[in-house]
Amino acid sequence: MHNLKLASAVIGMSIAGSGFAATEVEWWHAMGGANGEKVNEIAQGFNDSQDAYVVKPVYKGNYTETMTSAIAAFRAKQQPAIVQVFEVGTASMMAAKGAIYPVNELMREAGQSFDESAYLSAVTGYYTSSEGKMLSMPFNSSTPVLYYNKDLFKKAGITQAPKTWQEVETTAKKLQQSGVSCGFTTAWQSWVHLENLSARHNVPFASLDNGFGGLKTELTFNGPLQVAHVEKMGEWQKNGIFSYSGRTNDGAAKFYSEECAMFTESSAGYAGIKRNAKFDFGVTELPYWEGKVKQPSNTIIGGASLWVLQGHSKEEYKGVASFLSYLSRASVQADWHQFSGYLPITKAAYSLTKGQGFYDANLGTETAVTQMTTGTPTANTKGLRLGNFVQIRGVIDEALESVWSGDVDAQTALNTAVKRGNALLRKFEKAND
Amino acid sequence: MTVTFPQKGLPWLLLLPQLLVTAIFFLWPAEQALEQAFYQEDAFGLSREFVGLENFIDLFTDPLYYQSMLTTLVFSFSVAIFGMSVALFLAVMADRVIRGKLAYQTLLIWPYAVAPALAGVLWWILFDPSMGPIALWLESFGVEWNHYLDGNQAMILVVIASTWKQISYNFLFFLAGLQAVPRSLIEAASIDGASPFKRFWTIVFPLLSPTTFFLLVVNLVYAFFETFGVIDATTKGGPGQSTNTLVYKVFEDGFVGLDLGGSAAQSVVLMGIVGLMTVIQFRFIERKVQYS
Repeated sequence: MHNLKLASAVIGMSIAGSGFAATEVEWWHAMGGANGEKVNEIAQGFNDSQDAYVVKPVYKGNYTETMTSAIAAFRAKQQPAIVQVFEVGTASMMAAKGAIYPVNELMREAGQSFDESAYLSAVTGYYTSSEGKMLSMPFNSSTPVLYYNKDLFKKAGITQAPKTWQEVETTAKKLQQSGVSCGFTTAWQSWVHLENLSARHNVPFASLDNGFGGLKTELTFNGPLQVAHVEKMGEWQKNGIFSYSGRTNDGAAKFYSEECAMFTESSAGYAGIKRNAKFDFGVTELPYWEGKVKQPSNTIIGGASLWVLQGHSKEEYKGVASFLSYLSRASVQADWHQFSGYLPITKAAYSLTKGQGFYDANLGTETAVTQMTTGTPTANTKGLRLGNFVQIRGVIDEALESVWSGDVDAQTALNTAVKRGNALLRKFEKAND
Repeated sequence: MTVTFPQKGLPWLLLLPQLLVTAIFFLWPAEQALEQAFYQEDAFGLSREFVGLENFIDLFTDPLYYQSMLTTLVFSFSVAIFGMSVALFLAVMADRVIRGKLAYQTLLIWPYAVAPALAGVLWWILFDPSMGPIALWLESFGVEWNHYLDGNQAMILVVIASTWKQISYNFLFFLAGLQAVPRSLIEAASIDGASPFKRFWTIVFPLLSPTTFFLLVVNLVYAFFETFGVIDATTKGGPGQSTNTLVYKVFEDGFVGLDLGGSAAQSVVLMGIVGLMTVIQFRFIERKVQYS
């Protein structure tokens, strides 16, 4: 009898619960490990803050897998409301006009207050249309910086972190004299040593404002600056100043093992380096070539943003809009930024973090933010908007590898990459016209 | 002898599961690929344009496609020949063992249970230029190992990783084949004074030829189509284009690059290649095989 009462009470409650069923919003993301847990925590925070909507984060594998599954789901009409797409997928998402719901429109139509000037333009610029409308919500953005091993520097009698590539060369030589076998290694070579190299020197990577001006863009990264840099890197690969270690971030192993004393890697690599480095390390801005630019420009971002997909109910979109507003709150942003090492996306989150004394307590964490926010972004530093960019990166990787191995000279390799890349751009133009 | 069924329906009913599997997982996707190959469409499927043979023309005017074909041939034959010779050697040795035979055989079959991607990662770590034990060991002989940079070394690595797994499979078949060789033949040869080596080449090996032929087909098909996991988990086709096989290219262009038309055209070409390979193998090679 007692049990029956309990059972009926439970049933009654669940019926009452379903009467007020919160609208579910699915969010597909690519954040594994600790960041993935943090994503769940953020969603939980939002769910607890109100009871009209429930955001359900679903981990879908790496960036490529997440994007591919979202596209496949869209074709099968099973798409999530929100999907996290990496920066190189931006042009593909933008071109799919019938598939995406631009964030600025969504916010307006859902009646959420949305002030685009509250966001850091260096971050949102990548995801903004040529008319200045924000199309997706930046979520995790990072930018390349130079990490260096302070212990090895001290041993070699070096007191200053290198600012320019010329200094990187002399520093590496000094390190080698002190017994270090490799000066520096890199992660994400195309992103760091071509895309960001171009931005840092305010040189175009592609025509039509790096592709922001339309689908007719053509690659221009075979200019004198880029060729000189790649040529120098090829030379450095031979004498050990540079040591190539793969297309992704496998180079971290060489930095951890103190084989290489410097490492150009994403600012988001900070947490991993802090965990794995058994030595004192420093973070400094991405070097530039002295004499090639007076004042180095801001670098561009990598990482991912959240895209809203079409095909859901009005009610769900209200939930999405309210979630995106929640995500942009200074406290939520600052927490995510401090936890993950990704850049803050709003000015308020940046000053909150600063006010909390986080940057003083964690030296080097502010480097990326200052590097990103120096000066106003120009057409060459706003970002890149290229179709088939994933494949173009592959083409660039191949070209760079042929230079590192000494098979081809820098000019020829980059010319070939530009030619092959342009063919991919034309293909994209044709498919999306 | 022919088995006859009383009703006409029963044989079809028994065949049905297999036919359904073939239709759903092979015929239907194959038809889709065939259709897709003549279209160019955006990733989301919002617009679609009939382009005729353009996807194929793009493919066959791309010198890199031919390079990928060559890479695939080198890779596949290396995997097949290397995998089969090591397996044959091991099988002959295991066949001779008298004590603990089962233990040896079981241990040799184990690697087959490892997923391709895991096998790839395993070898990838063993050969890691800065911390892999094999790479460090090679370095002590003065061999500079860096598969991130050296295309030939990367190829050797994916061949080893792909072969390692397949050796178990080949081993199993060779061992069964060896056990089927009549002892009396070998004994007769011994009495005639033939050396163990001669006995193997003139008696055992020819009798194994049906097994060898079967394994050649299976191994080539394996190397052509199932090694994608190994390559994806290790080299991703690089450095340069040096390990970009045809199957990996289909995946890269289709699933990473989202160029569905181009990727479908490649799978149609692959289908053609498999067909051709099978015909060649059965028409020309099978004739030389002795079935006892």
